[in-house]
Amino acid sequence: MNYSDSFRDKELVQGLARRIAELTKGVEKPLVFMEVCGTHTMAIYQFGLRSLLPPQVKLISGPGCPVCVTPNSYLDRAIALCRLPDVIITSFGDMLRVPGSSSSLMEERAKGADIRVVYSPLDAVQLAAKNPTKRVVFLGVGFETTAPTIAGSILAAKAQGLTNYFVLASHKTMPQPMAILSADPDLQVDGYICPAHVSAIIGADAYRFLCEEYRVPCVVTGFEPTDVLQGVEMLVRQALAGESKVEIQYSRVVRWEGNAKAQAMLADVFTPFDAPWRGIGVLPGSGLRIADKYAEFDAELAIPVQVEELKEHKGCLCGEILKGKVSPFDCPLFGGKCTPESPVGACMVSSEGTCAAAFKYGR
Amino acid sequence: MCVGVPMQVISIDGDFAMTEVDGVKREASLMMLDQEVKVGDFVIVHAGFAISKLDEEDAKATLELMREVYSPELMG
Repeated sequence: MNYSDSFRDKELVQGLARRIAELTKGVEKPLVFMEVCGTHTMAIYQFGLRSLLPPQVKLISGPGCPVCVTPNSYLDRAIALCRLPDVIITSFGDMLRVPGSSSSLMEERAKGADIRVVYSPLDAVQLAAKNPTKRVVFLGVGFETTAPTIAGSILAAKAQGLTNYFVLASHKTMPQPMAILSADPDLQVDGYICPAHVSAIIGADAYRFLCEEYRVPCVVTGFEPTDVLQGVEMLVRQALAGESKVEIQYSRVVRWEGNAKAQAMLADVFTPFDAPWRGIGVLPGSGLRIADKYAEFDAELAIPVQVEELKEHKGCLCGEILKGKVSPFDCPLFGGKCTPESPVGACMVSSEGTCAAAFKYGR
Repeated sequence: MCVGVPMQVISIDGDFAMTEVDGVKREASLMMLDQEVKVGDFVIVHAGFAISKLDEEDAKATLELMREVYSPELMG
């Protein structure tokens, strides 16, 4: 697009950074803003945005990478499924290298399991249609941006009358962990850089309760450097004025009410449940599982497997990193035992993970 | 994983649109979109689905406003 480069305009970026420095001159306690979207984490590291900000503004990363917050128990079940002879596992690429308790999908594939990376869940539905003697399982992880695409794949499979397409669903929804983090006395968050495309689905109104209950400013922000910096400036202004409201910086995509059609698909195909988050624990109502009326597509119910005993990885600080309490550089495994080539924890696996971004750009 | 890419609609066939950015073409389902789209519009495409329309006018207006407010000459 001809104007997309303009959102990276160097002078504009520097102008924004200067404005933030001017606004925060004399501020004694640094303002801490958290981003809760992996793509924001990547953008902040990739464009070196932290180095442009004054010491009075600190950006920390929260639980925004869907692969990172997926617990070992989910991977263990996916691994058990891929060992069945008639099962084809389909997934977005990120999931393959995440270590489960004792293996990863990548290792299983090397041993002969049929595991395929797809671009869209609809590709997995097509694969099921072409392979009627196989059972095709899609690994349904991700937030409110991805969940409706999986809902769409289930609706498509149903419309085609397929009985060999399944989803292992572990979708997460965003506002709940933000509420938990806001209530955590150990973590002083002065404002949220709210996710861009999650908000395109759920709408900016979804964050209003955070502003009201926890008095924390929220700005829905786009992914370009100027977007992030303008979002930060909007948060700074709110914080300094003692305000807490939702604002939309990314108005070219995000509306207050979100996408009603996608919301209706989510409500039809999924039911909220108490989902486990890696490192954070079980958060009430923070996940989406397949609703009873679509149970025939639920891999967990339809394909019973023996899942190995859960083992956590010793010394890995992913949990604390996902809560924004420690930085990747504080982890004893970072850059030594744990690297993108040989990850111990999930945060090092996905390119959206805080540790992977810090490893690639942060040093 | 959650990367949504802005792409331009180059043709529409029922529930699907062919979209393009920088010469790369991708088919995108329109099943999830609650706004009307026509050829030439920009949409955010995520995992094979158009999830939202991208308002080009609004993008240009945002940029213009940013340039006015943050340009080095005016900041002094």
